[in-house]
Amino acid sequence: MNFEFSEEQQMLRDQARNYLTQHCPTTLVRRVLNNRETHDADLYKGIAEMGWTATTIPEEYGGLGMSHLELVVIAEELGRACAPVPFSSTVYLAAEAIMALGTEAQKQAWLPKLADGSAIGCFALGEAGGAVTPDQISTAMADGVINGTKVPVADGGIADVAIVVCKSDGGDGATLALVDLSQDAVAKDNVQMIDFSRGHSELAFNGACAEVLGEEGAGWAAVESLMNSAAILFAWEQIGLADKALEQAREYALGRFAFGRSIASYQAIKHKLAKMYVKNTLARSNAYYGAWALNAGASDLAVAAATSRVAAIQASLFAAEENIQTHGGMGFTWEFDCQFYYRRAKLLSLAVGSEKQWQGRLVDGLAASA
Amino acid sequence: MDFNDTPEQAAFRKSAADWLAANVPTKEETEGLNRLQIAKLWQKRKYDAGWACIGWDPAYGGRGASAIEQVIWKQEEAKYDVPAGFFVIGQGMMAPTLMAYAQPQHLERYLPKLASGEEIWCQLFSEPAGGSDLAALRTKAEKDGDEWVINGQKIWTSGAHYSDYGCVVVRTDPTVPKHKGLSYFFIDMKSPGIEIKPIKQLTGESDFNEVYFTDVRVPDSQRLGEVGQGWQVSLTTLMNERAAIGAGSSGVNVNLAIQLAKEVMIDGKPAIEDSAVKARLANFYVEEAGLKFTSYRTLSALSRGDIPGPENSIGKLVGAPKMQQLASFCMDLLETSGAIWDSRRSKLADNIIGSYMGAPGLRIAGGTDEIMTNIIAERVLGLPQEPRMDKGIPFTDVPTG
Repeated sequence: MNFEFSEEQQMLRDQARNYLTQHCPTTLVRRVLNNRETHDADLYKGIAEMGWTATTIPEEYGGLGMSHLELVVIAEELGRACAPVPFSSTVYLAAEAIMALGTEAQKQAWLPKLADGSAIGCFALGEAGGAVTPDQISTAMADGVINGTKVPVADGGIADVAIVVCKSDGGDGATLALVDLSQDAVAKDNVQMIDFSRGHSELAFNGACAEVLGEEGAGWAAVESLMNSAAILFAWEQIGLADKALEQAREYALGRFAFGRSIASYQAIKHKLAKMYVKNTLARSNAYYGAWALNAGASDLAVAAATSRVAAIQASLFAAEENIQTHGGMGFTWEFDCQFYYRRAKLLSLAVGSEKQWQGRLVDGLAASA
Repeated sequence: MDFNDTPEQAAFRKSAADWLAANVPTKEETEGLNRLQIAKLWQKRKYDAGWACIGWDPAYGGRGASAIEQVIWKQEEAKYDVPAGFFVIGQGMMAPTLMAYAQPQHLERYLPKLASGEEIWCQLFSEPAGGSDLAALRTKAEKDGDEWVINGQKIWTSGAHYSDYGCVVVRTDPTVPKHKGLSYFFIDMKSPGIEIKPIKQLTGESDFNEVYFTDVRVPDSQRLGEVGQGWQVSLTTLMNERAAIGAGSSGVNVNLAIQLAKEVMIDGKPAIEDSAVKARLANFYVEEAGLKFTSYRTLSALSRGDIPGPENSIGKLVGAPKMQQLASFCMDLLETSGAIWDSRRSKLADNIIGSYMGAPGLRIAGGTDEIMTNIIAERVLGLPQEPRMDKGIPFTDVPTG
């Protein structure tokens, strides 16, 4: 039994934490948020130079050919730092999709650029709000031309390439399109999200050129598979964030005095923080299994992904919400950093399917195997 | 990350599994015996073959096994329906305390019989006036020559009615602050002046007792630790308690709830298709799986030779309320018939309702939910204690009620 990260993986985590402590302080997050910038390009360049964007991409496409176990320790640190970068869109979604489904030419065209940070990727799924199913998608691709509008698309305004979910008359109802976003036939409009430090856009495809990614009519199965790996990778970001929010709440409570003593000595506060710790621990342990299942291609990957996702959503929202509560009025101010975690936690909880969706997937998976 | 044993661990697991397969008592051997008799038979058989208390020094009947080997043994033994609970307190809590504080001749006399199951021990700590606030206990001992005379009352003493010995913490000096006036003894449970009254639980069963002490005499040589050092000695016992009680993996689980939700209907469809049912089941599973994988992380730490971290303490805190809520949820799925507690009429009654009715006890025993939460807050997160009204003042001056 060795249910732990290797020494090298732990070293990578330490290295990532040190790098982000230096290069992604909360003052940087605050600047991006204040100015409603889409991202911090210098930080992303630095991250790419560290090789993080190349982690799981095979060496023949300019990557490092490492495993998802290396990627999740980096994800945790990016979440902890609330890093304002298009990492998740590029690495967890676009690169994963192209690695899994792309032709040799498509891989050659995009993976080296995604690996070295010279290109940014994004994933375009939703259109009208609510849970997405194939029959609600109107974006369509025919004869290499795509028409339709996707909103909101994380990092859509700065991305060079998009994976777009289109409707299909045959197969499982969907086909994935690979679209170069540098064309005039793609219109980009900024969409302000709850988290001002993460740029989102509306992407309108007006007869843009597109290639099929994977098989026509097999897009929905591809989306579901992509969501499983994304759920686990996002979960690690959420866990990093949840731990950071707990640490912030703890530090503030210890230093804040009321009625003649530290508020951290009141059971009302102690029990709140202990509850955060419990939820964070359960989420982390579930995400350990998720990471193992993803890396091993385990047969229960879908259940492991859903469990990781539900636990991480619950832990990160609770930690971010109760962190503000622990701070009292100061936590509600623009000046305090609590807002970063509150905004980011909610954004991440909706990024690749809501808690309710994943609860459904989890129980459907358990019921099918029971 | 991988889930495989090392070659050494695999070899150990095989030898344990082989021995178990050949030696677990057969139906014929246990015919007509009660659970306690079966437990004693099994424990003695393990002891004679060197499979009892395997982490102990061989001089006392163990085999000096490592922590991970002890876990492997427990995993293999758990594959069989063999009774074990009778010895948990003595072997898991009293023995480590004896090893830390008793004289060598006591270890030679008592430990082998604890390991072999020939003698059973109980823990006499809680009192009507002191449960969570254990150090507020009032049972007193007064010195009389080479002996101490004990008067008072203990409560919630598991197994007192079948125990041969017990460890008791008593007040030997009420004029000093509460933690400083305690001393710790082990006593013969057949001593004159000890009266044991079973407590009937809300389940109707009687697992624990009230124990009354009236002029019970105990030799000074049976004192563990110095006079006034009883609190420190008690902490040794209590630190081993959490390890011994564990998460309570028996009882209702999510798999059973899913089977049930497939069978019962809501609005003309199987309950498992109802989104509110799915949300609840998913949340229970997150807790159940989260605890399982937390225990895997603990095993990995043991496997590396590390001491498990405090993340281990969440087992009972999460597991006990989850058992109660999941059982309640299953009963709700059955509507009115969910309240039937008759195993002839409902095959699920014993498991689901047994879990629901037993859960309040599990949430209290060995540290209430609230005390466990304080432990996480104080020992894991390093938060300060609440101010204590009785701090530093003589026990006799502490307000009571």
